[in-house]
Amino acid sequence: MNVPNSFRTGPDESGHFGIFGGRFVAETLMPLILDLEKAYNEAKADPAYKAEMDAGLKHYVGRPSPLYYAERLTEHLRAKSEPGKGAKIYFKREELNHTGSHKVNNVLGQILLARRMGKKRIIAETGAGQHGVATATLCARYGLECVVYMGAVDVSRQAPNVFRMKMLGATVVPVQSGSKTLKDAMNEALRDWVTNVDSTFYCIGTVAGPHPYPGMVRDFQSVIGNETREQMLEAEGRLPDSLIACIGGGSNAMGLFHPFLDDPSVKIFGVEAAGHGIPTGEHAASLTGGRPGVLHGNRTYLLMDDDGQIAEAHSISAGLDYPGIGPEHSWLHDIGRATYISATDEEALAAFQLVAKLEGIIPALEPAHALAKVADLAPTFPQDHLMVVNLSGRGDKDIPQVADILGTRL
Amino acid sequence: MTTRLDVRFASCASEGRAALVTFVTAGDPDYDTSLALLKALPEAGADVIELGVPFTDPMADGPAIQAAGLRALKAGQTLRKTLAMVSAFRETNDGTPIVLMGYYNPIYIYGVDRFLKDAKEAGVDGLIVVDLPPEEDNELCLPALLAGLDFIRLATPTTDDKRLPAVLANTAGFVYYVSITGITGAATPKPDVVAQAVARIKRHTALPVAVGFGVKTPEHAAAIAAGADGVVVGSALIDALRATLDADDKATPATIPAVTRLVGALAEAVHGVRRQAAE
Repeated sequence: MNVPNSFRTGPDESGHFGIFGGRFVAETLMPLILDLEKAYNEAKADPAYKAEMDAGLKHYVGRPSPLYYAERLTEHLRAKSEPGKGAKIYFKREELNHTGSHKVNNVLGQILLARRMGKKRIIAETGAGQHGVATATLCARYGLECVVYMGAVDVSRQAPNVFRMKMLGATVVPVQSGSKTLKDAMNEALRDWVTNVDSTFYCIGTVAGPHPYPGMVRDFQSVIGNETREQMLEAEGRLPDSLIACIGGGSNAMGLFHPFLDDPSVKIFGVEAAGHGIPTGEHAASLTGGRPGVLHGNRTYLLMDDDGQIAEAHSISAGLDYPGIGPEHSWLHDIGRATYISATDEEALAAFQLVAKLEGIIPALEPAHALAKVADLAPTFPQDHLMVVNLSGRGDKDIPQVADILGTRL
Repeated sequence: MTTRLDVRFASCASEGRAALVTFVTAGDPDYDTSLALLKALPEAGADVIELGVPFTDPMADGPAIQAAGLRALKAGQTLRKTLAMVSAFRETNDGTPIVLMGYYNPIYIYGVDRFLKDAKEAGVDGLIVVDLPPEEDNELCLPALLAGLDFIRLATPTTDDKRLPAVLANTAGFVYYVSITGITGAATPKPDVVAQAVARIKRHTALPVAVGFGVKTPEHAAAIAAGADGVVVGSALIDALRATLDADDKATPATIPAVTRLVGALAEAVHGVRRQAAE
């Protein structure tokens, strides 16, 4: 396979990363998508838009988020390593952002764009509720109508976030079709969009969907990697040796990875949700256990049967419970620039508890998947190896679910 | 090359009437009932048949067609069986055009080349693939045209005059005008607004224009037919079918007659209108 000079130039003009990406949507939506692409390109070139974005990130979101040396976790894993082994682990603290995750970076960018386009009604889909909360928050902040589609299963397992969205004035629509999770919420959001094209802006929560969403959301999330780069240079005087992040659609991962794609010394690891284990078929690991197909406006790796029917994903984490992945990840996987591995529900739950006890940080179940693989990988690297894990969200929303699994009545 | 669709629309036009295009989902509620229904449609008055290819995630469809697709999938319907159904239909009917309507992924996974060959052999005349806009013509549209299958494009109220030529460029058979911005079976389109839209499209193309999405009753179909070359009815037929199913979603003796009765009423209404084509 041809390896490009730069891994950072995608997507091409037609919205493709290699064979992935594209614009596979109904004709009704095409004029809107073309308008959105134009509006985004104009906004990118407008210093006023950048200034508004920077101010919002600093004063409302609370950026930059810290890059924190996780000393106790590092020591804990070194104790299990051979002499001289055990990477130095840093957390990129996206969980400290307003609304509790990285999602707000992207939503801020899209809401400011929606305002420029004169759209008054915002729709979004959400799995764990973090994207829904971020969207509801910024709609409240800017006085926009907000409708969030959420699978009925997720509505029940993410009750705190559902309540939060309602407090913020959003309408939460429980989706009863299909597997009643994120994939079905996205279908319903697309149906709403087709129906209300004139008034509505669809704020997609991850680096997936039709072009220009994958590249646009990545650009908004790249603030994570850009800050990491500066902060690591300041802390250690050099670039990190490896990056690791969890992947559902993959926006937190893409945001961390992208600014480092052209640094060959930096190893990149994405962690998918292996659910009950890849061999059981009950998982959400589309790269590990799927193949390329077309869904939700893009070509990417998907979980499906031999007839091209989309399979239901499974993960303990509602945010990772999606049968697809952003197309840029599919491309990075195929060309080998990033390595994709997976962590089971059980491993994520163990990492969730370990990091809470060792670092006084309760991670969301999503980044707990990345932390689970940190526990496997860090002991294989030398002690001077600098590893950054994206702590993409905090675990408050998961407390009721984890308590239930651990048999504790709240 | 003259195709079954060309012949059928020309014949309707020569009779001064619009064509009734009926949509049913392949394999709903099971293969045998669905095949029997398919065979009964032309007799009941369908001029063209749109056969829905079931997909788990039909993002442009409303609840009726979503549910029909899931019933079919649960009963074991696959794309291969859908093509087999068309072959079986062709054993007794060589005149009625069949257009497959669905989403790209099942075709992509089947393999585009193999699919086009098998579809042509089975007697399929055209394809409507909802999630393939002109921007993705290389995927299936151009190979389909080369293989001798019509690729029928959707035009919508959001398709303005500037974009219309791109939408029509590789379209063959007929143009499917989606009368509303929305999902199948949703809002009811206004006949006069639709007639104006059809007239606008016909300024750009010589192809027949059929109108669908939201057409529910014979009266409504007749009103739309007055300003179009064809009227597509889908969700209303699916609703009629569903109403006859038992508690386990199994077909009953009432299933096929309920659908053919409605098709008969629609055909009578649509064919009764002398088309006041806007051209």
